[in-house]
Formats: sequence, structure tokens, C-alpha cells
Amino acid sequence: MSTVYNLKQEVEKPERLTGGHRLCAGCGAGIVVSGVLRALDKEDRAVVVNATSCLEVSTFMYPYTAYMDSYIHSAFENSAATCSGVEAAYNALKRRGKVEGTVKFITFAGDGGTYDIGLQSLSGAMERGHDMVYVCYDNEAYMNTGIQRSSATPPFARTTTTPVGSVGQGKKQNKKDLTEILVAHHIPYVAQTAPIGNFKDLHTRAYNAIYTEGPCFLNVLSPCPRGWDYPAARLAEIIKLAVDTCVWPLFEVEEGVWRLSYTPKKKLPVVDFLRPQGRFRHMFQKGNEWMIEEAQASVDQKWERLLERTGA
Amino acid sequence: MSNRLTGNEAVAYAMKQVNPDVMGAFPITPSTEIPEYFASYVANGEVNTEYVTVESEHSSMSVCLAAQAAGARSVCATSSCGLALMYELLYVAASCRLPVTLACVNRALSGPININNDHSDSMGARDTGWIQIYAENNQEAYDNFLMAMPIGETPSVRLPVMTCMDGFITSHAVENIDLLETDVVRKFIGEYNPENYLLKKENPLAVGPYDVSPYYMEHKVQEAEAMKAAKARILEVAAEFANISGRRYGLFEEYRMEDAQLALVLIGSSAGTAKAAVDKLREDGIKAGLVKIRVFRPFPGEELALALANTRAVAVMDKSEGFSANGGPLFAETRSALYDLKERPYLIDIVYGLGGRDIKVEDFEKVFGRLADIAVTGETGPVYTHMGQRSKEEIA
Ligand SMILES: Cc1ncc(C[n+]2csc(CCOP(=O)(O)OP(=O)(O)O)c2C)c(N)n1
Repeated sequence: MSTVYNLKQEVEKPERLTGGHRLCAGCGAGIVVSGVLRALDKEDRAVVVNATSCLEVSTFMYPYTAYMDSYIHSAFENSAATCSGVEAAYNALKRRGKVEGTVKFITFAGDGGTYDIGLQSLSGAMERGHDMVYVCYDNEAYMNTGIQRSSATPPFARTTTTPVGSVGQGKKQNKKDLTEILVAHHIPYVAQTAPIGNFKDLHTRAYNAIYTEGPCFLNVLSPCPRGWDYPAARLAEIIKLAVDTCVWPLFEVEEGVWRLSYTPKKKLPVVDFLRPQGRFRHMFQKGNEWMIEEAQASVDQKWERLLERTGA
Repeated sequence: MSNRLTGNEAVAYAMKQVNPDVMGAFPITPSTEIPEYFASYVANGEVNTEYVTVESEHSSMSVCLAAQAAGARSVCATSSCGLALMYELLYVAASCRLPVTLACVNRALSGPININNDHSDSMGARDTGWIQIYAENNQEAYDNFLMAMPIGETPSVRLPVMTCMDGFITSHAVENIDLLETDVVRKFIGEYNPENYLLKKENPLAVGPYDVSPYYMEHKVQEAEAMKAAKARILEVAAEFANISGRRYGLFEEYRMEDAQLALVLIGSSAGTAKAAVDKLREDGIKAGLVKIRVFRPFPGEELALALANTRAVAVMDKSEGFSANGGPLFAETRSALYDLKERPYLIDIVYGLGGRDIKVEDFEKVFGRLADIAVTGETGPVYTHMGQRSKEEIA
């Protein structure tokens, strides 16, 4: 499965997520969603499913919706099950001659709705094999409720429930490896990607996921200017740094075969990614050098493992 | 077509005759048999439903409401903790005006864990915006399930419907029951053709918005109006159902109430036992009667007040605790309904049958005995009591 990517051609497609939604400037979620939806073939319809999140409250505030396609939000923890229901209805109605054309099913949920509260629902839907794409836009915390830690929050990050104080040093625990958990479901397609550069990687992974039959999963890095504490204009740069430091490697697992999608020309040190973000500021205080060392060691170890798996 | 079926099989059979588009399936005693029977219909090609074996009741309700939003007719069954796990989504289904049909096989709620019948589960969901219809026996369980869809799917109503029956007592006991022919059922329930749905090609739809204050209340008022409108529709569907079955249903059933001075108000399978007690007392010349509530949501308040207007003393029998410290949920509704009567009967509440505790004809006779005393003395004594529990001394 692959598609020839032509940026000009893609951006000329009509937007399926309209402008005028209420996401913050410099937020990754909006560009992730419009980037993924752009991968749909023009003639195909979609039903978008959304978990309660920043994305949901900003894109469908009654009586306005930012989606050109049908859209359903039902709760925080059940977006995969909700999507299962829509897909089940499609199968039934198709069988009974009551719907025409091809409809694709795409779920968007944050890391809280995916790594944490919605994990059961996601796991169930993937195991049952619904023909759908589940996209986690990972902004590494519960942003909608005001920047609380999730199991996707990286170690040391400051959030409102992992504050930095005289004793506390941000989040104590590791980041859960959700992409690997999804690989363990033995579904046809899993990828980790990000809206980087000219969007080729996001586009290709999204296209593969949408046009592979069966349950597919995309984990997409989606920085949050409020939660990560960076100036809105630096969004693209932050994503690039996440990828080039190998904090967020880009790869895909197709039918169990691991493949790197991108290898940085020069693997940058993790500090380059940490420094521009307020949530890691305390790591640069005197006496906290060990935190940066730990962060670097952990990234190196995971990167090595990924290289082994992908045979790169 | 006569048959001998358990309540669960009767409901599963009704589902088979409906041949819904989507079913969400997850086991919990005592409703487990419903998805089991249905699985065999699927396996034998007797239905072509999309049968979704979810990983929890939470997902079952999520699947059902989403399928309904997508334009499909969806059904599921559950009990007790399963219904509790669906709780958040019960609100979503009702507020998105998605007429899912759920067979609730009533069972006590934890804790301590208990698998037997009482009404704590569905009573806990009474304010979620679902229509609730209760059955006394297997025949009613079957009939109610068939009436659910024409009620819930009506454009002026568009609310989800929960049909309830008593766990084990009704769900597992075999009774003779009259089944309708499948083509008659199909004609009765009709096709599900909602005006708007997610999969409609011409008109993309957005469901389940973030509803801001300038709109939220309007939506809730519309939902409340729909519940009011449901009352008339329930009676209309009952009349249509009488035409095809010969069986007549109202919002409640009045049993020997014409001249009753002492009356019980209750829900579900205990009505059979209570009727036997009423018959016995009538033989002795005591003017006893019974009101069996069939439709609890919408609550038939005005109609119930009329039915009880000429009684002297009434015992409301609650098969669930509300822990309100002021009586059970049926009592609260009944007492409120009677408030506008110029002359009100004396009213007491008796909580009974929790977690499957048995109730016998003699127990109901005792209740009527209490009512008779109240009618004479005008003294109710303690208004809110529990019946059938062991005394402290016995437990020790
Ligand atoms: C059952 C439940 N618990 C809590 C909430 C409150 N809540 C809404 S969105 C949210 C956090 C969402 O975080 P995430 O999924 O990471 O998405 P983000 O807002 O960061 O985009 C929470 C906790 C809820 N809606 N439902």
C-alpha cells in the first residue's frame, strides 16, 4: 500500500476540517486532523468519530461544526466503540441495500482518551477487527481539563498534577508505549507519525491506514502550546526536533513487519527538544543534569531497540 | 402460535423476529441467555444482524447508540452492574434522541454482589431519559419488547426504550406464551427510516456536540417534551398491538380497582402473587385492589391519581431501595401524584424483595391487614418500612 505524494495536488483538495474552529493557535491537533482527512480520496465519504477532548470541544460547538463529513462524539472513553457501532451499522445497512458508496471511519482521540480511559474500548475494537482507523493525537497530557498528566506524559514533564516544587520534579513515571501495545494486537497496520515538513509522512501513513482493510492505528505527535509551554509560532520546529532527536521516531508496522519511515540525517541531542519547552524548564537547573542524562539514555535505548526491530 | 418459553427466550425470539440491524452483546446474569439465543440465530442464518460481541456493556451501549445515529436499528440486553456500567451512555443515547431498545433483566446492584431480582438497576437509571416499560410475566416481556420500537422511533418521541422484566422469576421460568407470526411483527414494527443519520449520503450530520448554555437548556426541554409526548404514543401503540394480538395494555393495569378501598401499587412479577392475595380477600368481602405500574417513565401521575382517588389506604411496594431516607422511588412518584387530590388516601411505603427475597401471598395479605387498620384508625404508623427481612435477633 502506498501513494505517490504530491503536496500541491493534496493541498488543492477542499478542506474537510474547515477553518474557524476554536483550537488554539500553534496547536498540533487541528493540523493532524486536517492532514489525516486530506488523505481520503475525494470521492469517498467519511464518518469522523471523536472522543471528548480539546479537539471535540473546539470543533463542534453547537450549532457549528467544523467537519464537512458526518461526525459523532459520544463520550471520553468510548470513541473506538462508538466508531465500531457506526461501522457495524454501515455493514448492516450495506448488506440490506440501504447505503450507497464507500464510507470510511476515522476516530480521533487525545492521549488521555487513548492511552488511559479509552484503552479498553480501543483494544476491544481493534481485536474485533472493525474496518476503521483510530488516530491518537498525542499531546502528552489531558489538555482539555487544564494540563493534567496522562500515561503519555514523558518523565519529568511539569503538568498541573505533576507540578515542580521543593520535592516534586514533574512526572515520575515513564511514558507508556501505546504504539507497541497496538502492534501487539496483530492488526494489519500501525504507524507512528507526525505532521512534519511537507506532511508527506503523515499523509502516507494516513493513506495506508485508511485504505488498508481492517482496524488500523496511527499515533501522531501533536504538540500543545499551552501544555508544553512554547510560543505558538514554533510548532513546526518543535515537531521537527521531536523527530530529529528520536524522541518521537517515525515508523510503521504493516502485517507485523516493522519499518522505519524516517532516519534523521544527524541524530540531535534530546536537550534540543527539551530546551524550547517550559514544561521541562526545571531540568536545566543546576543539579538536575541527571534528568537530562536519564532522558537521553532512555531515548537512546528505545531508538536502538527500534533499529533492531526494523532491521535498519 | 403458542409456545413454552422462558422470558429470556421470549425476548430473544422477539429480537429475532425484529431482525435488527445491529446488536451489542455482553453477558451478565440473568440476561446472558438473550445474546446467547441471538448468537445461535446469527449462526444459523435466521437473522442477518451485525452482531457485535463487545468487550463490555459500556461498549455495548456505545455501539448501539452510534449504530442508531448511523441510521441502524439497534438492540441489546443487560442487567444490574452491566446497566450501571452503561450509565453515562444512557444519557447520551437519550439526549442525542437515539431510540435504542434495551432489554433490562432486573437484578440487584452491588454491593454486596447479588445476582437475584430487584429493581435497583433500572430504578437507578430512571432519570436518564429512557422510556421504561415493565413486564409482569413472559408474555408481557415479549409484547413489551415488540412495542418498544414503534414507540421510541416515533418522530415526536425519538427516545430510547428499556423493557424490563424480573431476573430469574420471569427471565428463567418457562410459561406458555402466545407468539405472533414474524410477518405480522415485521409489519407492526415497520422499517426504521430516520429522517437524518450519519450514513445518509445527501446530508452529512453531526451528532453529540459540545452544547453551550444558550442551547443546552432548550435541548433538555425538548427531551422533556418528548417524554411527555411518549405517553400518548405508548397508548396508541398499545391499541395497534391489541389489534394484532388481542392483548390490551395501558400505562398501568388496574386489578379489581372498581370499588377498591384498600390498594397496592407495585411493579413487575410480584403482581401475580398480589393478585392472588386480592382474590382471596375479595372472597372475604374485603374491597382490595391492585395497580400494577407498567410504564414507569414517562410516569403516569395524573392517571394514577384518578385510579387511587376513591381508595382509603394505599401501600406502595418498592422493590428497590433509594436510600433517600424517605421511601423508595415508586413511593416518591406515587405520593407526588396523589398530592393534587382533594381527598387523599392514607399512604405507606413498603420496601420488599431486595436481592431476591421472596414475597408470598400471605405477605401481601399482611400488608392489606395493615391497610385495613389504617383505614379504620386513620393512623398510618411508620410510613416507610422494610418487609421480609430478618429481625436483628434472628440474625444474631
Ligand atoms: C468519564 C470522563 N472523565 C473525565 C472527563 C473530563 N475530561 C474531558 S476531556 C479530558 C481530557 C482529555 O485529554 P486528552 O484525551 O489527552 O485530549 P486533549 O484534551 O489533551 O486534546 C477529561 C479528563 C470526561 N469528559 N469524561
